[in-house]
Amino acid sequence: MKRRLILKLAGAMLAGSVAFSGAALAADVIKFGAVAPKTGPLAGGAVVTHWPNIKLWAAQINARGGLKLKDGQRKIEIIEYDDQTNPGETIKAVQRLVTQDKVDFLIGPYGTGFNLAVAPVFAKYGYPLIAMTAITDQIPDLAKKFPGMFFTLGSTTPIVQGVADILSELVADGKIGNKIAMVNVADAFGIELANAARPIFKAAGLDVVYDKSYPLGTQDLSPIVKGAKAASPDAFIAWSYPPDTFGLTGQAMVQGLDVKVFYTAVATSFPAYGGKFGSAANNVMGTGGVNPDDPAIKAYMKAHKEITGLDADFWASSSVYSSLQILEQAIEGVGEVDRAKVTEYIKNNSFKTILGDITFDENNNNVNFWTVGQWQDGVYQGVKAVGRDGAKEVRLKSGWK
Amino acid sequence: MNNKDWRNLGLAALGLAIAACLPLSGNGYYLTIGVTIAMYTVLATSWALFSGPTHYISLATAAFYGLGTYVVAMGIDDVPYVILLVIALGVGAIAAGLVGLATLRLSGVYFVIFTLGLAEMTRQVVTWIQSNWGGHQGNYVLTDITEEMIYWQLLAVAACVYLVGWLIGRSRLGFALKIIGNDEVVAAHSGINTARSKVILFMVSGMVAALVGAILAPRWTYIEPSMAFSPMLSFQVVIMALLGGVNRLWGPLVGVIPFTLLWEAVSISFPNQTLLLMGVAFLLIVYAIPHGFVGLIEKYNARFRGDG
Repeated sequence: MKRRLILKLAGAMLAGSVAFSGAALAADVIKFGAVAPKTGPLAGGAVVTHWPNIKLWAAQINARGGLKLKDGQRKIEIIEYDDQTNPGETIKAVQRLVTQDKVDFLIGPYGTGFNLAVAPVFAKYGYPLIAMTAITDQIPDLAKKFPGMFFTLGSTTPIVQGVADILSELVADGKIGNKIAMVNVADAFGIELANAARPIFKAAGLDVVYDKSYPLGTQDLSPIVKGAKAASPDAFIAWSYPPDTFGLTGQAMVQGLDVKVFYTAVATSFPAYGGKFGSAANNVMGTGGVNPDDPAIKAYMKAHKEITGLDADFWASSSVYSSLQILEQAIEGVGEVDRAKVTEYIKNNSFKTILGDITFDENNNNVNFWTVGQWQDGVYQGVKAVGRDGAKEVRLKSGWK
Repeated sequence: MNNKDWRNLGLAALGLAIAACLPLSGNGYYLTIGVTIAMYTVLATSWALFSGPTHYISLATAAFYGLGTYVVAMGIDDVPYVILLVIALGVGAIAAGLVGLATLRLSGVYFVIFTLGLAEMTRQVVTWIQSNWGGHQGNYVLTDITEEMIYWQLLAVAACVYLVGWLIGRSRLGFALKIIGNDEVVAAHSGINTARSKVILFMVSGMVAALVGAILAPRWTYIEPSMAFSPMLSFQVVIMALLGGVNRLWGPLVGVIPFTLLWEAVSISFPNQTLLLMGVAFLLIVYAIPHGFVGLIEKYNARFRGDG
């Protein structure tokens, strides 16, 4: 019995190592390692926002002949691993990419927690880490601890401030009253945003008349919406995750929650949101955005659809792609595969991306980003940004038809 | 202690010494695999300490592990790390004690279901506490603790678990548990305080799981309830322990090592079909070696079925 099993295991491992060395041939390509979920709870987001952009980016670079280095052009190869939405697997896969696959560069993983979990490993081996899907207020601390870590998606406070600014402007113009119903998913992201929002809303003269949290994975969100409705607010703000973003919107439609501002957080910018709710989604606000009329964004979205067969989302997709552009331009700027020099280059230069120019501040942070967007006639438009042009006028929500 | 005991002790010490040299290889990848193996060895062995003799299948590992992780996540800014490890041990013991007192009168499938729900409930309670009183999230664990240090700590815990397991096996408590596992009514009639024995063992395994969670917290840097209380962990521990065999102290170890290596081989070769192929591998394992790695399991299995 035992011997048979050992034989089998040895066979499996042999098969594994053969397949694996086959993938790592071709001497003069530049190898990039990518680890993110293809299975597990975060896979749904990663297959919309993360993986298609990597595919698009690699296809475009190879189509133009590869990255231009001092010693000529070199094509790129992506080595992908699924981390199963498990940080232990992410760390293991990064170690494997560095020590076994010997990749030249690494692409940051997907999600706040996962970017932070790999930061020590990236730092240990001297790989620059562009965190393209992380939102946190700990950026100064993290940048001090991990000098090769960069942030492109933004931080918590400006995102909340964007919402507060929109609301207080509407109140000042006499378009809505100042009563706010606020709910949040009781998970790291939702709690952090809700905690940041309470003092900011208060300072903006807003009156939070309903403030509730619900556990991650709650199936029945009707009591939450019912409670909010009973407080008869002027605006409904939800610091929500993808499943509850859809759930809360559905409940608001069913119960006819009559507010002039309806805001849900993550996934509101997904094409699937507009697709599911159709005209009812009109004038719903959400986190992040882009300027879809910008020619660079237009070209990007077209290429995204053509090469990957999927629609880009209207927020983090463009941030992921821009981060890859930064990596690309830094490698070409240095002209060789030298990770320390590339890290320095990212720190000290400005980059032309589809989102506009990106320069990192002293905390390795990109401070210019879209904070609030809104579905307007079937397109998710950026309506509030820090340092980005092209924000559209905010519209008031009227009914769920 | 007789000669055989001394020989086994010597072998164990030698194995431990060899394992402790792994970080000297300087290869971070081997070290990561080493950490995974050490972590699951400790969890599966301590799980088997309780579930092996009593035949109570517990799926609560993730609950205790997550509690340990959260002790470190919430306290790391204010309390020295070593003290947090001690607190994690205490929290694990208290939680396991309370749960044990309340539930070990349940048996069979009721106990399994309860422990599965326990991890989810603990996750919700922790989240609720955080969102109501947490203020600033205690989710960042930024320390200077390296992977080598985590690995050596886990090895030390493994050594302690083996020692404790060996002592329990020789003690009145271990004997009592074997009788409970065979027939609880007989055990009670023989004057064994069955509830007390079960609770003590359950506490040992809960303490160890909490300690492992606390030791690993610095490795994740950022702690979320969904990571800390992942039910996958509980299932993997059970599968690895059963694959190895639970009636020998070293049984889980021979399950953990091949399982980890196989998992690794599959995720390298087939990154897009990992879970699918693992499922197929499970089927093959169950089909080809239904009795686990330890030869004795056949007998154990018959007995298990006998009273199930």
